[in-house]
Amino acid sequence: MAYQLLVRTATFVVTVVLASVLVFGFMAILPGSAARVSLGVNATPEAIARVEADFGVDRPLPVQYLDWAAGLPTGDFGTSYVTRRVIGPAIVDRLLVTSWLVGASMLVALVIALPLGTLAAVRHQRPSGTVLAGVSQVGVAVPSFLAGLLLIALFAVKLRWLPSGGWTPPARDPVAFLRGLLLPSLALGLVQGSVLARYVRSTVLNIQREDFIRTARSKGLRRWQALVRHGLRNAAIPIVTVLGLQLSVLLVGAVVVERVFTVPGLGSLLLDGVANRDLLLVQGVVMVLVVMILAINWAVDVLYTVLDPRLRARA
Amino acid sequence: MTAGDEDRLVVDGLDVRVGPVGLLHDVGFRLRAGERVGLIGESGSGKSLTALAIMGLLPEGLAASGHVGLAGTDGNLLAAGDARMADLRGRRVSMVFQEPMTALNPLMKAGDQVAEVLAIHARRGGSGGSGRDRDRRALDLLDAVRMHEPDLVRRRYPHQLSGGQRQRVMLAMALANEPDVLICDEPTTALDVTVQAQMLDLIVEGARERDASLLFITHDLAVVATVCDRVLVMYGGRIVEAGPVQQLFTAPRHPYTRGLVASSDLDAVDAAGRLPTIPGVVPAAGTFPSGCVFRTRCERATDACAEPPPWTGQPDDGHACIHPYDDAPATP
Amino acid sequence: MSAARDVVDATGAPVVAGTDETAGVANWSLWIGGGLVGLVVVMALVSFAWTPYDPYFVDVTNRFGGPSPTNLLGTDQFGRDVLSRLMVGARTTLFVGIVSVGVAGVVGTPLGILMGMAPAWLHRILLRANDLLLAFPALLLAIMFAAVFGPSTATAMVAIGIGTIPVFARIARSGTVQVMSSEYVLAARSAGRRGVRLAVRHVLPNIASLLLVQASVSFAIAILAEAALSFLQFGTPSPIPSWGLMLFQAQSVLAVNPGLTVWPGVGIAVAVLGFNLLGDGLRDRFDPRLAGHQ
Repeated sequence: MAYQLLVRTATFVVTVVLASVLVFGFMAILPGSAARVSLGVNATPEAIARVEADFGVDRPLPVQYLDWAAGLPTGDFGTSYVTRRVIGPAIVDRLLVTSWLVGASMLVALVIALPLGTLAAVRHQRPSGTVLAGVSQVGVAVPSFLAGLLLIALFAVKLRWLPSGGWTPPARDPVAFLRGLLLPSLALGLVQGSVLARYVRSTVLNIQREDFIRTARSKGLRRWQALVRHGLRNAAIPIVTVLGLQLSVLLVGAVVVERVFTVPGLGSLLLDGVANRDLLLVQGVVMVLVVMILAINWAVDVLYTVLDPRLRARA
Repeated sequence: MTAGDEDRLVVDGLDVRVGPVGLLHDVGFRLRAGERVGLIGESGSGKSLTALAIMGLLPEGLAASGHVGLAGTDGNLLAAGDARMADLRGRRVSMVFQEPMTALNPLMKAGDQVAEVLAIHARRGGSGGSGRDRDRRALDLLDAVRMHEPDLVRRRYPHQLSGGQRQRVMLAMALANEPDVLICDEPTTALDVTVQAQMLDLIVEGARERDASLLFITHDLAVVATVCDRVLVMYGGRIVEAGPVQQLFTAPRHPYTRGLVASSDLDAVDAAGRLPTIPGVVPAAGTFPSGCVFRTRCERATDACAEPPPWTGQPDDGHACIHPYDDAPATP
Repeated sequence: MSAARDVVDATGAPVVAGTDETAGVANWSLWIGGGLVGLVVVMALVSFAWTPYDPYFVDVTNRFGGPSPTNLLGTDQFGRDVLSRLMVGARTTLFVGIVSVGVAGVVGTPLGILMGMAPAWLHRILLRANDLLLAFPALLLAIMFAAVFGPSTATAMVAIGIGTIPVFARIARSGTVQVMSSEYVLAARSAGRRGVRLAVRHVLPNIASLLLVQASVSFAIAILAEAALSFLQFGTPSPIPSWGLMLFQAQSVLAVNPGLTVWPGVGIAVAVLGFNLLGDGLRDRFDPRLAGHQ
């Protein structure tokens, strides 16, 4: 098992390095330097040359890449050509905000999906189960930013219960923090919850029909005891996969929802970067998002190995 | 039928339906103490359903009616709730399933799965015994089913075991609490031929040592002949013939039984050198003919077969056919 | 990794459903999904020939008009007819979906078949590479494209398409692996059939249904991504009507007139629901095995 974990971790590291090459390469794809792009068409050649020298972008691409990549592990993402500010600290600040949002959304999704998905499975032959399945199918089709707009229209504009956007750090005012967090995490979590509920439903349905559940009942366990003692862990394996995927989806979904609720997270930083043509900033944020997605995949793989003895044997 | 003193399990008028479609009709038989009874028939004849109905483990959507009685317990098991049935399962009645590949929990070590059945009923019975005791007993049980290196096997997961080893684990679980009735549903069908014989020995021996009554389901007549005292023949969700093994195989009365026996006899070849077979195929559930269920495939069928044939003879030795054979089959 | 990851639906979750109650029951998913998709298609087609008003016609005297006999779904903050813009928006939605799913299918399918037919070592490397690309979701990729090339419908379509390639490659790969180990392919191979001929004659027809299901589901993902991009103003530029952009414009007047979010929102939901259901229905129709596939 230790060997397996080592292999998976090594694969993860190699993948991250390759991803950094891809991201860097893509951002350098256009002829002309980023400095030219960021200074606009009216910049004089002298100004461009000066900026290029300042930021070291007149060097060959491989050198630039190594310089950039070497800084990443220490949180050094370089200095923006546009704002002339160091990028690293901004990313760290924003990452914290996004983590709150994604974490809270995941919580909302789980709180919705686990009970409702199980209920829909247990009652799949009754009307209530069909209704639950139908509602989650519709929920899947609603983009999170639309859910966000509808939530704002209802709770902020009409009822005036909650703020329509903005962000208060938890340390400054916990209550305002929670009030601000609620709508965005609902917008993200409700939609993801529908997806997850569908998956929980079919997983529980499949597990209920497994032969080993019948065996467990033949040994003297009641229906629900068999499901809890023998089904849960078996169900956890497919559900962990989906949770991993969901976390990645939430991360990308947060980019859009942060814009709806003007939350100063990683997504807002990314979108501002695109709007200002701040390519180095975009490059840094994209890298962070991709590394997080890869890290989630790695964690899912590791959890798999822990949960499923069948995977441990394979060397 | 009323339960005699030595009856362990009495099944009477058992019907199983899914919606409007009947799957089992008026199935009745009894198992006496220590008796080994075979239940044979082609796939789709309702053998497994009978077993699952007795265990109270019918799949969702299937409903059973009739009477199932177990010696020492009151009332009809079909009417008992899940809690009461759970208490009986694995203690008084246990079952070995057909598929050793899927019947064990893939995420649980073999020894733990055996120990679990001890723990479930120890807790219910209130009798103590520590986890360590149960682990030791699980080891003994694995040893009793002649598992090689039981101490190694109990620490393995099902995917690390062979089909034969898994089925031994299943049998160890089924025998763990000394049940009165052991039901085996095609326990050797998925196994290699070499392993089959050992497994059959273990089942017979395990049942005999515990004085358990055995209901043995199979489609393999040779297996029935080695294992059982009596045989029940099922077709179309009904019992069409019953009798002692010897008699049933040498002088089958129902045309279906005769067909089964003929097609299992590898020496019997017709003039063209082909094995005899029963003409036609088993109809899908719910599409069996009215009256005698076998009449669409039966060479002896007449218009009179459109009426359900009455049971002729004793409950343990009789048949449901109005044109029975009354001689031993002619050897070609 | 489990094959459950292979077919992926609108929000990235493996496609599930159909494991139950499908046997002998009418394929409702197929009919409802087909109906909803048909509705969007008809709306888009009609918009070529006729819309109630010019979707670009600005009439400031008629701002925020409620539903009326003249403007069935009302007017927006510029007095433009919502129904007309909705109809033309359907066109944008379908166009982006067709192009991006087309790009993904045309590039991803051969890649996946190649992967599935490649020798083990190459297979492994390609699979890893594909996993790497899967770490770039379509929306993120589209934002990167917008950063480098500037926002436009074309970049959005291409980016979403490229982002969907690894999804197709993965599904084509797992289908190919299955087909390659089947007896008739073994027979064809022992008869000397190799390479492209084998792929075209034997593999492609057998994974076609799988690909069609994925196409339907990917279409839904593309619609969501396009809507998000337009909403962020990285997709279809104003004033060309697109549902995402209509939502963005509705947000700025949310406090005054929240009703403007309704119709573009319904449009997106109907289209996504339609393609998701269609995918479910097609899967049940073609390959019931896939439903319970773990």
